[in-house]
Amino acid sequence: MWTFIHKLGSPPWFFRFSGTLVRWLLPITVILLLVGSIWGLLVAPPDFRQGNSYRIIYIHVPAAVVALAGYYVMAFAGAVSLIWRIKMADVTMRAAAPVGAVLTAIALVTGAIWGKPTWGTWWVWDARITSMLILLFLYLGVVALFEAYENKTAAARACAVLSLVGMVNIPIIYKSVDWWYSLHQPASIKFTGESAIDSSMLYPLLLMIVAFYCLFVVTLLLNMRAELVWSYRESGWLRQLVGDS
Amino acid sequence: MHPVRKQRLILVSLMVVLSSAAIGLVAFALRDNINLFYPPADVVAGKAPTDRSIRLGGMVVEGSIERSETDLDTTFWVTDYEASVLVRYSGILPDLFAEGEGVVAEGTLDETGMLVATQVLAKHDENYMPPEVAAALDGKTAPQGRPVLP
Repeated sequence: MWTFIHKLGSPPWFFRFSGTLVRWLLPITVILLLVGSIWGLLVAPPDFRQGNSYRIIYIHVPAAVVALAGYYVMAFAGAVSLIWRIKMADVTMRAAAPVGAVLTAIALVTGAIWGKPTWGTWWVWDARITSMLILLFLYLGVVALFEAYENKTAAARACAVLSLVGMVNIPIIYKSVDWWYSLHQPASIKFTGESAIDSSMLYPLLLMIVAFYCLFVVTLLLNMRAELVWSYRESGWLRQLVGDS
Repeated sequence: MHPVRKQRLILVSLMVVLSSAAIGLVAFALRDNINLFYPPADVVAGKAPTDRSIRLGGMVVEGSIERSETDLDTTFWVTDYEASVLVRYSGILPDLFAEGEGVVAEGTLDETGMLVATQVLAKHDENYMPPEVAAALDGKTAPQGRPVLP
């Protein structure tokens, strides 16, 4: 276990390991996305009140869930980077930020598209939607902060502090619909007790959430590999590895 | 663990805890401003301002929607099962606006306590089910006199 974690910190070992992982995970992700989309968009029944417009849930909810989880990945990498000063943690943090930003943007845009016919408005400043917008700015802030520094070690340290301070936003987003009066409805999927969404609609949704998690991991790994290729473009081990494959 | 790393770990933990506490206190202090709307009980009790636009949220009372014969004027009662407020709105209502469903109306209170709304939003609940399941359930959650969308 500990040797595995130590190995993850080594760029050459990680580069090789992630290559194998992506080769397996990428086709699995594509299959999951295809099956989930077809199941959700074509097979699942329409909603009793919203008709077919509810089907945007199969993109909106997975994107939002993984955007929140992705922030923990970024913040955890930030903490590791601050405490142990491991180069791979910096790379992880930097690679996670743009992926998370895109997922958050997808959640906001699909939410607006759904909100117009359902609520009657594209946008409302309620707690859930506003805190989600703050999450987008936090992700974009990390991306921008990294670019603002010449010294990448200092950049990583500043970004780690920003992502750790921003971490408080994640439980706020999650609980916002319960703590305050908001236009956004409470969660339909419940970990305890019966979900408020019928099982014929829930199963494709859960499948899409798993698919989006896989998509996040694949995109994160590809981003990290691109980052490694750039950082170690002069080193022998990379030339050897790239030459091999 | 190396003492320097241990110290950094404590620093990082402190940073997370303190920033969370700070933001938590701000959110707690601003809780009334973070709420999107007032429930009818607060409006009836006079807790909502009358000199500016407010949002009112609750359920549309069953059988209370009255539509004008000649124009788009609609009046309905909004309740939180403790108190009710009358709302008048002139305009196009969202698809999911219906009796017994959630609604958020924005507007100003007049001297009689009626909300003259400039915008009415439907508040969707967290229930999702196929039409057949809804029809099989009792009249409480099934759509009432509302055609199922194609």
